[in-house]
Amino acid sequence: MAHLLSLAPPHPGGATGGPGPIHGLDPRGRVLAAAAFAVVVTGLSSLPVLALAAVAALAMLPLSGLPPGPTLRRMVMMDGFILVMLVLLPFTTPGTPALILPGGLVATREGLRLAAEIALTANAVILMLMVLVGTLDPVRLGHALARLRLPLRLVHLLLFTVRYIEVLRAEYDRTRQAMRARAFRPGSNRHTWVSLGQLVGMMLVRALERSERILQAMKCRGFTGQIPLLDDLSFGAGDRLFGVLFALALGCLIAMEVALVRAA
Amino acid sequence: MHIVDGALANPVVIGGAVAAAGGIALGLRAMTMERIPAAGVLSAAFFVASLVHVPIGPSSVHLILNGMAGLVLGWAAFPALFVGLLLQAVFFGFGGVTVLGVNTFNIAMPAVIVGLVLGPLIRRGGAHAAIWGGVGGALAIALTTLCVAICLALSGDQFLAAAKLVFLAHIPVMAVEAVLTAAAVSLALRVKPELFHVMETTR
Repeated sequence: MAHLLSLAPPHPGGATGGPGPIHGLDPRGRVLAAAAFAVVVTGLSSLPVLALAAVAALAMLPLSGLPPGPTLRRMVMMDGFILVMLVLLPFTTPGTPALILPGGLVATREGLRLAAEIALTANAVILMLMVLVGTLDPVRLGHALARLRLPLRLVHLLLFTVRYIEVLRAEYDRTRQAMRARAFRPGSNRHTWVSLGQLVGMMLVRALERSERILQAMKCRGFTGQIPLLDDLSFGAGDRLFGVLFALALGCLIAMEVALVRAA
Repeated sequence: MHIVDGALANPVVIGGAVAAAGGIALGLRAMTMERIPAAGVLSAAFFVASLVHVPIGPSSVHLILNGMAGLVLGWAAFPALFVGLLLQAVFFGFGGVTVLGVNTFNIAMPAVIVGLVLGPLIRRGGAHAAIWGGVGGALAIALTTLCVAICLALSGDQFLAAAKLVFLAHIPVMAVEAVLTAAAVSLALRVKPELFHVMETTR
């Protein structure tokens, strides 16, 4: 289910997709670990420690069973988004000049540092998130979030969204194919934008009509406003070990940061 | 338009998370169990629509359509767009973790504003509804870029240039979203006007 949402290759027989030791771990522990990692790493400021955090995330990649190529490509795609900001920062941050470009542009040492800090933080956090949580089946992610006391309505919304993304994606592809069969070729013009707008409008209309049928079907099966969460989450010895090791690693990062900041 | 981890000052990140949590709570209150299938399938539709690439000039942009989301979902746009951003971060690696709140607020608040201000005008129907839809599509993107720019500017003066650039770079996106939203609104009004009444309390 939800091929669009899975980085890992489909793995018949396994509930969670591809292989890798991380797959045996409890989803709740993985979500909490990724969140704790994000908070700690965002709080770090010294570059060597941040680099270590990024290396740690990279080192986890082989354990996850994610294909390294496509995963890293996605990370680089995100860097494309923030590239402009990273390139501008050295020139807009006041401080000691480090590099003077022809044309009088001055890059400061502080600016270069800040850009490196943001790049390392963003990549380390998102990679750890993809490794620990992105390897979950989206439905298991929903169940884990419910067990972590996220509001049930929000979890149901997530589960519905995950369930129908693939269905609507297929519908979108069919409609685009029908448009191609009628010689529609997208270009940078008003006709394209209006056509795509009508496509979006039609998708929303069909989504609403589909949801009416879903509700009818659910009521027909005795829907009373509660969707039971069927799952088999269990927090075992392996999860405790992972938790302790991960907490120790985060503690080391914090200790190194404190030591380096004090030394500076 | 995604902000990443590590770029913003802590007060901005915390403020964004609190504001997003409030918005999500309001949205969930409007979303009774009866309306969850509609909200869920529409949320999936907006997720798929955001993967659509639209050619513009020599390049292409991907849609955001938060104006349309606000018109259709009202306050429920908050949880719906939050779910979309969460899935994008976890499975696509776009955005970040600690900035999830900020990113949700930046995209969902403009959606809700457009829904509240222009929704009644569109529900009335008529010849002008499509024009108001277009205004809503452009307004939502403008407000979102403004929010992103404010978040960056609040985090330090060195981000001002990037903030201005973000706003300027999105002016063509506003034009595209305006035309698209106008077309989507006018089609939906003709085919199924109930689309704009999905989350209404009195029905």
